[in-house]
Amino acid sequence: MIVQVDNPVVEVHDLTVSYDRKPVLWDIDLTLPAGALVGVIGPNGAGKSTLIKAMMDLLPTSSGYVRIFNEPIKQVHKRISYVPQRESVDWDFPASVFDVVLMGRYGNLGLFRGPRKADKDAAMEALEKVNMQSFANRQISQLSGGQQQRVFLARALAQNADVYFMDEPFAGVDIATETAIIELLRQMRAQGKTVIVVHHDLQSAADYFDWVVLLNMRLVASGPTEKVLTQELLEQTYGGKLTVLSKVGDLLRKQEFPARETKV
Amino acid sequence: MQQFWEFFSFADANIRYVTLGSVLLAGSSAVVGCFTLLRKRALVGDAVAHSVLPGVCLAFILSGTKNPLILLLGAFITGWISLIVIDYITSRSRIKEDTAIGLVLSVFFGIGILLLTSIQHSGNAAQSGLDKFLFGKAASLVGEDLIVFGIVAVLLLFTTILFYKELMLLCFDQAFARTIGFPVRALELLLTTLTVLAVVVGIQAVGVVLMAAMLITPAAAARFWTENLKVMLVLAALMGAFSGITGAFVSYTAPAMPTGPWIVLIISMIAILSFAFAPKRGWVARLMRQRRNRALILEENLLKLLFQLGELKQDFETSRSLSDLLERRSIPKRQAIHGLKKLKQQGYVKKKKKRWILTIEGEKRGRRVVRLHRLWELYLTQYLHLASDHVHEDAETIEHIITPELEKRLMEELNYPELDPHSARIP
Ligand SMILES: Nc1ncnc2c1ncn2[C@@H]1O[C@H](COP(=O)(O)OP(=O)(O)O)[C@@H](O)[C@H]1O
Ligand SMILES: [Mg+2]
Repeated sequence: MIVQVDNPVVEVHDLTVSYDRKPVLWDIDLTLPAGALVGVIGPNGAGKSTLIKAMMDLLPTSSGYVRIFNEPIKQVHKRISYVPQRESVDWDFPASVFDVVLMGRYGNLGLFRGPRKADKDAAMEALEKVNMQSFANRQISQLSGGQQQRVFLARALAQNADVYFMDEPFAGVDIATETAIIELLRQMRAQGKTVIVVHHDLQSAADYFDWVVLLNMRLVASGPTEKVLTQELLEQTYGGKLTVLSKVGDLLRKQEFPARETKV
Repeated sequence: MQQFWEFFSFADANIRYVTLGSVLLAGSSAVVGCFTLLRKRALVGDAVAHSVLPGVCLAFILSGTKNPLILLLGAFITGWISLIVIDYITSRSRIKEDTAIGLVLSVFFGIGILLLTSIQHSGNAAQSGLDKFLFGKAASLVGEDLIVFGIVAVLLLFTTILFYKELMLLCFDQAFARTIGFPVRALELLLTTLTVLAVVVGIQAVGVVLMAAMLITPAAAARFWTENLKVMLVLAALMGAFSGITGAFVSYTAPAMPTGPWIVLIISMIAILSFAFAPKRGWVARLMRQRRNRALILEENLLKLLFQLGELKQDFETSRSLSDLLERRSIPKRQAIHGLKKLKQQGYVKKKKKRWILTIEGEKRGRRVVRLHRLWELYLTQYLHLASDHVHEDAETIEHIITPELEKRLMEELNYPELDPHSARIP
């Protein structure tokens, strides 16, 4: 069940990603429509974060390519935005909430330039959207998990991008924050933005997303939510590990084999 | 003492140069060190510091002079190579970074010592003074050396300020930096180069053995005092500069003394003091906070006791004796007296003929503690479904930390209750 779309925002072609020569994602081939809220769903260790990172060109790929707006990522930095997993940074860093949100403007500024007044306005506006304006001067080391997530979201909003990639924005946040975030994502969709969200709660997935990508080392499904969230496909995604696939991966690593013959 | 004035009047041009040099060297490496520390690359600094020694020696052997530019170049090259080797080992083998660092550090330093020893035994008269690279000698920072090293130090400071925003993002969130199109590889290279340069210029004053301390310690100390990166940079620079001056002074008064250990000793003292006395993050501040909390708990418990007695007897006008209080709750007697005296000073209780009575304000505060206690018990039984005989202990602590906002929220969520789980009235 892999539905391809015309004029995709994101096109992933035959993508294989390995760590230390062991492939953790095999031959992913998918396209995502514009203006959709896309959920990337799969069990722990399925490679969801890996897929997002590979899409953002943060990882070397063993094969395949990614196009965003039909361009390689290097051409479209200003139109994309990445919200990493909250745990990926050390929050005990000497910076205030406002400093971090302002980082969302750095891409537009270019090297050497300091933030201008307009950038500060944009950062403050982004903070207001996530309801954190009163925390602007707070040290980031004092934030709760939900607040950290909001700060990361505000930083992304300040970027004013067209496609957003978010890695588990709902992980470890309270209900109030989750509701606020999903509301925000819906507003973004209404403005024609595309939002791709890694998510692990099946219950809410049907409600949140209009396009779902099911992933477990390989692509199980990609398509409109109602077609993809079926008993059968979910069983394929969550039912047991593909032992042969991961055994072959182990072999590739041990033998120091390339994943593709042409890439040694 | 006389030497002290001689030195710090800066009348002697030589002293001025030496001081300026030490301040620049120590200050610039401290600033670069802030980013090295935040990037969690403290150990790398150590590896570089030890790896510049073979470079210095080789440069001397090949050129036969002690021209600072040439020595600096040699140091820079081997320092750089050591980092590339570490990177190569970590990315191409299963050896972890710390092991790779240890390996590279000892191999390079070993070779450096070997070369240094052979130079010293070669009978080359020009070699005298090369060994100051081991432990450093601020007083030898004169003339040509000073100019070269000073320029590099200023360059370091300037570059760090120019790339402030980029380096900050690199240290905080490298992945994000890449997605917005920052040239992360180039920035990493820049920070590496800055680190190597900082080490290279610093060794003249501190020596290779202790240079890593000069890079990291001021940054670590400064971190204790502030939550603002800019302030941290300035503080680290000041701390570095101060220890640099001290080193220069020692070098001046006791020419036989190696400077490096002195500089590092001073900066380490500053770090230890910071660790102990910095507000908020420091050890003493934490102790004080705990003490304050204990005092607060004691005071509020006493107010609560007095209030409960009044509530029980339906009479807040009568004064109570200490034993009345201690009967209901065992508080060590000395602590109780101390707490009551403090409450009297603060105007929450009055003392009448060795007996104690709440003032109006004291009654209010006591009532609030009792209310919070009972509210919390109710909250636990209603929302966490705990049995009513299990909630008292918990409420004993929570009653002291609930803020007025939280109190309001509690009241709302519990629908402005009248009675607690033990059917006592919530005042
Ligand atoms: N840096 C890494 N080095 C080696 N293996 C990794 C690394 N990151 C992730 N993996 C492995 O890749 C697989 C997919 O990980 P990940 O993409 O984080 O999964 P998910 O986000 O779906 O939980 C896991 O088996 C994980 O152990
Ligand atoms: Mg993940």
